[in-house]
Amino acid sequence: MPNLGIDVLFKGKNFLRLLSGLWVAIRISLISVVISIALGLVMGMLMTSRNKILKAVFRIYLEIVRIMPQMVLLFIVYFGTTRVFGWDVSAEHSAIIVFSFWGVAEMGDLVRGALISIPKIQYESAQALGMTGLEIYLYVILPQTIRRLVPLSINLITRMIKTTSLVMMIGIVEVLKVAQQIIEANRRTSPNAAFGVFAVVFLLYFLICWPISRLSGYLEKRWL
Amino acid sequence: MKYFVSKRLGAIALALTFLVSSLTGCGSKNSASDSVEVTNNTVYRTVDEIKESGTINIGVFSDKSPFGYVDENGEYQGYDVYFGNRIGEDLGVEINYVSTEAANRIEYLQTGKVDIILANFTVTEERAQEVDFALPYMNVALGVVSHDDAVITSLDEIGDKDEVIVISGTTAETYLEKNYPDIKLQKYDAYAEAKTAFENRNGVAWANDNTEVIAFAIENPGYEVGIPSLGSADTIAPAVTKGNESLLNWLNDEIKALGEEKFFHADYETTLLDTYGADYEDTLVVEGGAITGK
Repeated sequence: MPNLGIDVLFKGKNFLRLLSGLWVAIRISLISVVISIALGLVMGMLMTSRNKILKAVFRIYLEIVRIMPQMVLLFIVYFGTTRVFGWDVSAEHSAIIVFSFWGVAEMGDLVRGALISIPKIQYESAQALGMTGLEIYLYVILPQTIRRLVPLSINLITRMIKTTSLVMMIGIVEVLKVAQQIIEANRRTSPNAAFGVFAVVFLLYFLICWPISRLSGYLEKRWL
Repeated sequence: MKYFVSKRLGAIALALTFLVSSLTGCGSKNSASDSVEVTNNTVYRTVDEIKESGTINIGVFSDKSPFGYVDENGEYQGYDVYFGNRIGEDLGVEINYVSTEAANRIEYLQTGKVDIILANFTVTEERAQEVDFALPYMNVALGVVSHDDAVITSLDEIGDKDEVIVISGTTAETYLEKNYPDIKLQKYDAYAEAKTAFENRNGVAWANDNTEVIAFAIENPGYEVGIPSLGSADTIAPAVTKGNESLLNWLNDEIKALGEEKFFHADYETTLLDTYGADYEDTLVVEGGAITGK
């Protein structure tokens, strides 16, 4: 068997370092995902409102998120706010702010899409039954919306987990950065380590994202 | 009715945003890396302020062996880090190493998120407008490696039909194109391709950063670095936030004082000897901030 250099992972605390790097990535994405889903639901509902000003504001917000690369947003929040306002936001908080900013916008748009896909007759029937506006949302519209949202939001969540690799640009040492450190520290003794180490990183990302994707499959089956 | 719902939801959204922003706001105040001094309108910290806080933030590479890297126990190591450790020791403070990338080194200094950058920072005119460089502690130049049965010790030895291998986008390419337009270049995009081409004698020599070619010749038998130092010799120096006179002066005095005890030679022997061998010690090391003639 060719030497893939996986053995470098068992030198010293290397594997533990890789796992703690993975935990950093999971922690950032998990907090951001929770914020994104909570605020994204609210945002999506607001986006369906007929208020012109509200609509314009959300439109601009969404376009900013779509146009700006996440890397630029990270630099703006981490370095930019210090430069302009003198705030010292820690790197991890910056990452969470940026990922939530992105997640809320995209989640909001997904929710909006799911909401307007609910046929008008559903509102009208519920109204005919004498339900109030809030009741219509809670008991009729939201349950159907959430069902439609599951596959879409799983895409967003797994994308967010994978994009956490960018946070190395603001000095956070997450799993991919640890992998690069390990490969580089052993460049001379095992030059092939890159393949083995990245293969393990791939496996780690897979182990995180796969259960999420399974859960989505399960939820879809159960609800539909 | 619908209007009422959206109004209520709007209030919830507002409350949530407040909650989140206040949470993150509180968190950042408590964070340990509170490095920015806004009270006196400067982003940097003076030597006294650093000593008072008890911690210095130093930006280093964490994946550029053997200059700045993290070993298997999670400890920062390398030529730059060896110097960083000494700075912490002489200031009598703890060191907080920050992992930096080539692209964000200047940002870190300009926002005061680190006090010193020791990330193999090459001194250039453009950079000197953005940050303040202290005295240098290492040399970098171009180098040319050739097969040991046909060593090229001067660029004049390269004949009309000979080709020199370079990697596209490197300083070696620009330097040779500008100063030796007659030399035919063979360009490769990746390091691995250039290496294979050179090993198969597609070119008589390979020009690259001298640290790269020296390490290559030591790792692979059958090659010799005929020209270890070529072109405009650049230097590597510590950098501080523009205007931070106090730390800059302290660093310059420190580097001069360390020259007395041949500190950077000891640094080389501890961290770089395995990669570059003893022959290049004087080519690479700058002692006491003084660049000596080659």
